[in-house]
Amino acid sequence: MRYAMAIDTNKCVGCADCVVACQTENLVPHGFSRDWIVEKVDGTYPNLDMAFQSERCNHCENAPCVRCCPTGSSHIAEGGIVLVTHDECIGCGACIESCPYDARYVHPDGYVDKCTFCIHRVDKGENPACVDVCPTYCLHFGDLDDPNSDVSKALKDRNWYVLAPEAGTKPQLYFLR
Amino acid sequence: MKEELIVSGKHLPGIYPDLHLWHWEIALYLFLGGLAGGIIFFASYFVIMGKEKEMPTAVKWASIIAPLALVIGLGALFLDLNHKLYFWRLYTTIRFQSPMSWGAWTLLLITPLSFIWVASYLKEMFPSWDWKFNFLNQFEKFVIKNRKGLAWILLILSLIVAVYTGILLSAFNARPLWNVSILGPLFLVSGYSSGLAAIMWISKNESERKVLSRIDLILIAVELFLIVHLFMGFMAGTAVKQEAFNLFLGGPFTVSFWVFVVLLGLVLPGVLEIFELRGYHVPKWVPAFLILFGGLVFRFVMVEAGQITRYLY
Amino acid sequence: MKTRRQFIKISTAGVGAAALGLQALNMTGANLFPDQFSGDPVSDEDLTPYPTYCEVCFWKCAAWSYVDKKGKIRKVVGNANDPNSNGRLCPRGTGGIGMYYDEDRLKTPLIRETKKDGTHYFRKASWDEALGLVASKMKEIKEKYGPEAFGYFNHGNPGTHLEHLMRAYGSETNAEPAYAQCRGPRSAAYYATYGAYIGSPENTDIRDTRCLVLIGSHIGENMHNTQVQEMSMAIDQKATIITVDPRFSTPAAKSKYWLPIKPATDIALLMAWIHVLIYEELYNKDFVKKYTFGFDQLKKHVKNMTPEWAYGITTISPDLIRRTAREMAGHAPSVVIHPGRHVVWYGDDTQRERAMAILTALLGAWGKRGSLYLPEAKHLPHFPQPKYPEPKWMWKDVNEGKYPLATMGITTEIIKASIPRYKNKHQVKAWFSAGTNLPLSMPDKRLFQEAVQSIEFFAVMDTMPMEVTGYADVVLPEATYLERYDLLRSAQGRYPSIALRMPSVKPKYDSKPGWWIMKQIGERLGLHDYYNYNDYSEVIDWQLKQVGSSLDEMKKIGVKKFERETGPLYLAHNEDFTFNTNTGKVELYSTEFQEAGFDPMPVYTPHPEPPQSHYRLIYGRSPMHTFSRTQNNHYLWDLQKQNSVWVHPSVASLWSLKQGDKVWLKNQDDAVTDFPVEVRVTERIRWDSVYMVHGFGHSDKHLSRAYGRGASDEKMITHYAMDPIMGGTGMRINFVTFLKDNPNKKKEDKA
Ligand SMILES: Nc1nc2c(c(=O)[nH]1)N[C@H]1C(S)=C(S)[C@@H](COP(=O)(O)OP(=O)(O)OC[C@H]3O[C@@H](n4cnc5c(=O)[nH]c(N)nc54)[C@H](O)[C@@H]3O)O[C@H]1N2
Ligand SMILES: Nc1nc2c(c(=O)[nH]1)N[C@H]1C(S)=C(S)[C@@H](COP(=O)(O)OP(=O)(O)OC[C@H]3O[C@@H](n4cnc5c(=O)[nH]c(N)nc54)[C@H](O)[C@@H]3O)O[C@H]1N2
Ligand code: SF4
Ligand code: SF4
Ligand code: SF4
Ligand code: SF4
Ligand code: SF4
Ligand SMILES: [Mo]
Repeated sequence: MRYAMAIDTNKCVGCADCVVACQTENLVPHGFSRDWIVEKVDGTYPNLDMAFQSERCNHCENAPCVRCCPTGSSHIAEGGIVLVTHDECIGCGACIESCPYDARYVHPDGYVDKCTFCIHRVDKGENPACVDVCPTYCLHFGDLDDPNSDVSKALKDRNWYVLAPEAGTKPQLYFLR
Repeated sequence: MKEELIVSGKHLPGIYPDLHLWHWEIALYLFLGGLAGGIIFFASYFVIMGKEKEMPTAVKWASIIAPLALVIGLGALFLDLNHKLYFWRLYTTIRFQSPMSWGAWTLLLITPLSFIWVASYLKEMFPSWDWKFNFLNQFEKFVIKNRKGLAWILLILSLIVAVYTGILLSAFNARPLWNVSILGPLFLVSGYSSGLAAIMWISKNESERKVLSRIDLILIAVELFLIVHLFMGFMAGTAVKQEAFNLFLGGPFTVSFWVFVVLLGLVLPGVLEIFELRGYHVPKWVPAFLILFGGLVFRFVMVEAGQITRYLY
Repeated sequence: MKTRRQFIKISTAGVGAAALGLQALNMTGANLFPDQFSGDPVSDEDLTPYPTYCEVCFWKCAAWSYVDKKGKIRKVVGNANDPNSNGRLCPRGTGGIGMYYDEDRLKTPLIRETKKDGTHYFRKASWDEALGLVASKMKEIKEKYGPEAFGYFNHGNPGTHLEHLMRAYGSETNAEPAYAQCRGPRSAAYYATYGAYIGSPENTDIRDTRCLVLIGSHIGENMHNTQVQEMSMAIDQKATIITVDPRFSTPAAKSKYWLPIKPATDIALLMAWIHVLIYEELYNKDFVKKYTFGFDQLKKHVKNMTPEWAYGITTISPDLIRRTAREMAGHAPSVVIHPGRHVVWYGDDTQRERAMAILTALLGAWGKRGSLYLPEAKHLPHFPQPKYPEPKWMWKDVNEGKYPLATMGITTEIIKASIPRYKNKHQVKAWFSAGTNLPLSMPDKRLFQEAVQSIEFFAVMDTMPMEVTGYADVVLPEATYLERYDLLRSAQGRYPSIALRMPSVKPKYDSKPGWWIMKQIGERLGLHDYYNYNDYSEVIDWQLKQVGSSLDEMKKIGVKKFERETGPLYLAHNEDFTFNTNTGKVELYSTEFQEAGFDPMPVYTPHPEPPQSHYRLIYGRSPMHTFSRTQNNHYLWDLQKQNSVWVHPSVASLWSLKQGDKVWLKNQDDAVTDFPVEVRVTERIRWDSVYMVHGFGHSDKHLSRAYGRGASDEKMITHYAMDPIMGGTGMRINFVTFLKDNPNKKKEDKA
């Protein structure tokens, strides 16, 4: 099993609904977020291109954050989901320093937190909160090993790219062009 | 025109837009780790070489600094933890891939051993010293008898500690400035050089200082060589590496690095040491101070600058 | 000069110190999180869902409010059976719980008092006292001037409860910014053309269209939920999107064709499109022949309105005009010419909307799959009550014969009628407002300020200490939508649906539901017969029973759908259909306009250009905020704390402005923004215009987060062009320039 997410940058409108849904679902305190939106504009008026990227932890297959963690608090769970066990985390920040995507943050309670792929929902066969809220249906989640999963289908006929592949982390967020 | 905006905001205080999660605590810790490593290395090295008598400061007096530096360093590290009450989690597991983990374990070993080392010399240094408890006296005897063995262990641990201060950073491939294999040797050499400087500073023994000075000159040369290599690597590297390099070439760290670390922290003390060896009078604290200061600034610069370098946005 | 109704900005030591205290606490780590952040995520089964529908904008998406075992609202999630939301709220709806948790909320009734030195302040009051005061003032006005002199401003559900009270009391002297500052021209134009309004949610069949044409509509920034969702579905179906916008808007980026039009010239483009359709014989001949009136006149009218003619006006190349016209024709009738929503741009907006309606007809893109479908809503019978009294005069009379085709009150006219110097025949003497923040939503703030000084009494019902409350004599704190029963929502759509809003928690602080507040006032005015119930749930239950449901059922399902009763969603082929117009046809040539003395067919007239070193101020929506109402909502504030002014790189270099520089804006009438605004240098905007998101630049210090953030477009809209047909206020005719030094500084220093 290999959970992954595909983000359709053509359909995304950059509304950040996914950010708010994550915050309310996961009780992310004010002033913090597990996901965020990047707007990319290129060209000169009136020959312009624009795309939006909804970003979060890439649940890297080769996760440096997990390697660097001195306590084993950061770990890879079933399906490749990278998680932090809060009461094993000492808040040393090694994982934060090691993440090329700046996807983690220090929770005001001291431990390090990040996107969990909403494992508490995924375990029940539901989609992550951000996926289920997106008004443009541009987030696709599922198991890459299952050809019928939403994410596999979304990736099938589309060009995609990942972020900072040169960092060698094998990220599992696929951005559809 | 190209624009890349984070339109929702990226709400990661201390992490975005610029990573500045690690502050003076880590820099100080890396410096003190290197310093202690250097002192311990030379203390045990001279014992192993049977030069205990010729190098009294290196073996005995300076080694008092090592455990203190380690304790202060550990204190700084602890201060930096955000989830302090859980620090003991470090010692419920060994993660070989995590420099932080084996660093923590090494420190767990080297800190008490360095105390023991100092303790074993207390009677020599302060003849009136008395352990009061018999078992302590017994233990002292045991240590003194096995000092060479202890020296070997400390020698190896001191290597690990000093190298680890560099590898801790170089293991982070997310930060292009740090992610270079040369950082381990560089921090090792720099740490040892600091150790030497500390010894030289307190040493009252002319001949001892001469020996140390000669070693230090070699270390300074090696360090300069490694620094040149480091920057050549950046220049030949990918875009992100070049950006990292630019922090030091016209960027915000240009002065602090080239003036404070390289000129004042390496070249000038090197020159002064050469003068001293040639017989000119140089106040002994000057080159020592410059090296220590340069080493400290080096850690600060590397910790701060490294956190700015990134892959995205 | 001490004015009678000073705007009360509470910046007294008390409030400041309390805020500081809180911060200090935060810093020591105590009381770190507001209530809603303790605990771990839980599965939905451990939460209790209460049905509601969203009140963050007026799309009214049905939703579930999830409450945990401790009675804490965790989240609001769309109701999957709701055609407005399809189970997905927009960011503002998802962040709606921030309205409930906002610690700056209005907490108790407030009454304006005057200190000895003449300054004003708000005193906390009991409900009984506040309601009694409102009722006694209403009695007083009624006795002195008649109930008609009590004007009111309303929007959304709170506004509807107010309207009921006021009509029972005898006044129909009302207006809402959602008409003359929003959809008014569209209503007049489509009514004149098709004999029917567009309504809300718009009956646009975007989901199934082959071609979506957006004239300014910036769907995706304008987050009206179903529209955004359907645009995404249309992209999946590879529909062609054509966007006309001077700015590279979000939908422009998703369009096959983006027409970067020169602002204020849309009518020329539309007429040229019409020209191409007619003269290249691309129009839908069957539809035109069977259903329309005035084709020949139209053909003659547009004879010279060629793409070449339009090019000189719009800067859109003739080739692009022709290609897009042909593309539309190629997909006809499966084309949505989006009627737009906020359409009060330049004062000839009804005519622009007419051109869009005519274009729609030429494509036969009405009543067909993928065009405008025939919407239906469930009629909910009115809870039994006596007839409303007939007022002696009403909003229409305030217009004094102008704007004959207005179908609702016009904000600026009611405001003018409140100022004696305008010598209106009908004078408005007191105001009541609910659910609208007039000072930030209507043009010409000075007019508002003059009026508010002139009236004798002003009561405001709101949830937040918005600008409008600062002018009130009595502030009535309403409970948020998550804490109250409210009107049933009956939405128009492909099929009728209704939705229930019920409280999921008790009202916080001493706030009360709007129905309760209005009923209390009504009772004090002896209007008991209009309030023949103890709890609003009785009204809801009664209404539901009339349509075969019940409160109990709705509590479980939240949304109920009904079968259509008016026939199919689309016209059948060649089906006879009589339109509700003078001619019974789709009027390409408007007999109604002709009778009223307006151009029966749209004519392009040039609009003023920006003066030297000024730029046209155009404005729009942020997807993360609603007007001026959400800037203090902690969730949405986190996403976007302030607006920026978009400036083309060439303009930026002319003014030596850099990304992130702070500037003040000054308009042609020397109005200056209260606060500086950040510059965004971007290719997404033309060099003759600047762009800002509406709703920022709050000046009320009670709004601890929103205060002083960004600039208010409203402050720059001192000038507006009245639409002579229906009284819409065209607001994109203001021109601004940049000030690099704080122009407000001197004033501050003196104060
Ligand atoms: N400059 C400028 N002006 C504009 C526009 C623009 O783009 N630019 N847009 C125009 C358009 S399209 C429209 S529709 C209008 C809308 O203008 P308004 O009708 O004024 O709408 P809002 O700004 O949302 O103001 C709503 C008020 O209702 C309050 N409120 C929110 N929820 C509740 C509730 O549950 N109960 C009560 N009692 N009050 C509540 C809010 O706190 C706020 O004070 O503005 C128009 N004016
Ligand atoms: N997130 C969010 N969504 C909302 C609202 C909200 O407050 N927040 N409010 C809702 C309400 S009540 C309304 S009425 C709608 C309003 O939303 P729309 O009806 O989409 O409003 P417009 O004024 O048409 O859209 C503004 C766009 O018009 C463009 N524009 C400016 N001048 C011209 C011009 O001369 N010609 C052309 N062709 N385009 C021009 C601007 O660049 C901008 O992209 O949004 C609704 N949706
Ligand atoms: S909710 Fe969807 S459309 Fe909105 S920003 Fe997130 S991914 Fe994009
Ligand atoms: S994105 Fe960062 S936090 Fe997530 S798995 Fe990769 S390295 Fe770890
Ligand atoms: S902060 Fe926590 S999760 Fe991150 S490396 Fe340290 S212990 Fe591991
Ligand atoms: S998957 Fe869940 S935790 Fe991750 S960003 Fe989406 S909502 Fe947040
Ligand atoms: S469109 Fe958004 S803000 Fe408006 S009612 Fe729906 S969810 Fe609420
Ligand atoms: Mo509107």
